[in-house]
Order: sequence, then structure tokens, then C-alpha cells
Amino acid sequence: MIPLSHFLILGAILFSIAVAGIFINRKNMIILLMCIELMLLAVNLNFIAFSHYLGDMSGQVFVFFILTVAAAEAAIGLAILITVFRNRRTINVQELDQMKG
Amino acid sequence: MTLELFIFYLFAVITLSSAVGVVTARNPVYAALFLILAFFTSAATWVLLEAEFLGVVLVLVYVGAVMVLFLFVIMMLDIKIDTLKEGMVRYLPLGLVVAVTVVAEMIFVMKSSTFDRAIPEPTPLSTNNTKALGEILYTEYMYPFEIAAVILVVAIIAAISLTLRRREGVKKQNQSEQVKTKKSDRLRVVKMGSEQRTEKRMEERVEQQTGDRT
Repeated sequence: MIPLSHFLILGAILFSIAVAGIFINRKNMIILLMCIELMLLAVNLNFIAFSHYLGDMSGQVFVFFILTVAAAEAAIGLAILITVFRNRRTINVQELDQMKG
Repeated sequence: MTLELFIFYLFAVITLSSAVGVVTARNPVYAALFLILAFFTSAATWVLLEAEFLGVVLVLVYVGAVMVLFLFVIMMLDIKIDTLKEGMVRYLPLGLVVAVTVVAEMIFVMKSSTFDRAIPEPTPLSTNNTKALGEILYTEYMYPFEIAAVILVVAIIAAISLTLRRREGVKKQNQSEQVKTKKSDRLRVVKMGSEQRTEKRMEERVEQQTGDRT
């Protein structure tokens, strides 16, 4: 059988790849949103692994809610992205400094 | 190595390499396609963990809806890829340091005897996964489920109101105005006194012609 730690390590590596992606793609807002999706995927993998290991269905219910909230977040994030692009003609995060004093 | 372990490693390698592809791809379209691959193989991993319903939901909701939305937005916006990739090499060392540190710490914790245990043999389920999830979702987690529905409605309203815009000076039809129009709005009867004058002129012309003949 597959040990529990294999799934947890897979989730950890996935999460850290997403963290590194946020560091190295500091300009492209779309890739930043995708990295957030990858992080949520890693978290969901941990939830499901523990749920299976403990034989408790509550973990899968939590994954269900995380999927719901992540879908809502992606929709609103992309709507904000479109509005920003319409106003500023760019999605470069470092050029979005209108609030800077 | 059992067959199950081999399948797990296969899917893990595909997931991780496509995640690296998401992070490093130059073109956002490629990044989105790599992300679809990562979601798909993750769904397979979830099925390996006996979460069949959530695996199917991940494919349907993420690959079917969210990623199509991503691709739609990427292709709709006119993005200059070259300027967005500047400075990628500059932040790469820092990103790698943070990522490697996170992975090393997590592996250090997870290799301890607390987590490094074999997953127990699958007990023969009394019902299937979908039924078990539905039973717990509609009884114990009823209120969170309804709150999730409210969150989705709020997301719909927010997304529409953020992207809706009214532009000035656009020629477009107003259907309710079109339906409400009456005959008097469209048809105008004009009285013209020109017929009498033409008759008089005709008479004059006839008289002139008869006068010429005689």
C-alpha cells in the first residue's frame, strides 16, 4: 500500500512549486492566479489523503467547500483582471501603483 | 513495487512536471494548458484515494469551467508577453531558495513516524463514495452547504457587476420603445395645396396651345 507520507510530500512539493511561481512570475497577474489555484490543489490533496487515512468523510466535505470557494475566487479574480486591463491597458502588477502615495 | 505504487509515482511525476510547466511557461496559454494537465492527473490521484466523486467534480468544474474561463480571458486580453517575463531570472534564486526550504521542512516533518504509515487496507464500503458524501453533506453540513450556495450567488453578481459597462454614444435598439410606438409617432399626413395650382397651369397651357393654332 502507498504510505500516507507519499501523498503529503506530493502536496508539499506542489505547494512549494506554486510559491516559487509567485516569486518568479511577479509581473503576470494571470500566472499569479494560476499559482493560487495550484496551492489550493495541494491543500485539497492533503485533505483527501487524511480523510482516506482516518476513514472520515468530513475531509472530503471540506474539499467540496474549498472547490466552491476557489471557483468563486477565480471568477471574481478574472473579472477584476478584465476591469484592470480595461482601465490601465496592462496586467503588469508592478505598473499598478495608482494607490501609491 | 506494487502496481498501485507505480501508478501513484506516474501520476505524481506528471503532476509535478506540469506544475513546473505552469510556473515557467513563457506563454500564458501554455501555462493554462499545463494547469489543465495538473488538474487532470490530480483527479486521478484523488480517485486512487477513493474520492471518486471529488475527482469527477475536479475534472468537470475545474477543467470544464474554470480553466475555460482562464483561457477565455487570456485570449480576450491583448497581453504583451515579452515585457511580462522581464525579471524572471532575477527572482529565480530567491524563489528556488524559498521553495526548497519549504519542501525540505515539510519532508523532514512528514518522514517522522507519525505520518510515515501505510494507509489502511480499503474496507469494503457499505455504500459508494458519492452516496456517503451526499448523506453527510445534506445532514451534518447542511448550513455550510447553503452558505456555499450564497457565496456562489455573490460571486455571480460580483463578476457581472464588475465587468458590466455602459458606453456612451453607442447606437443600439431599444426594444420597449419600439413596441410602444403608435401610428402618430411614425406617420405624418401633410396637406399640400399644389394640386389646384397644377390644374390652373394645365388650363393655361391648353389655352396657350389653342391660341397658337388659331
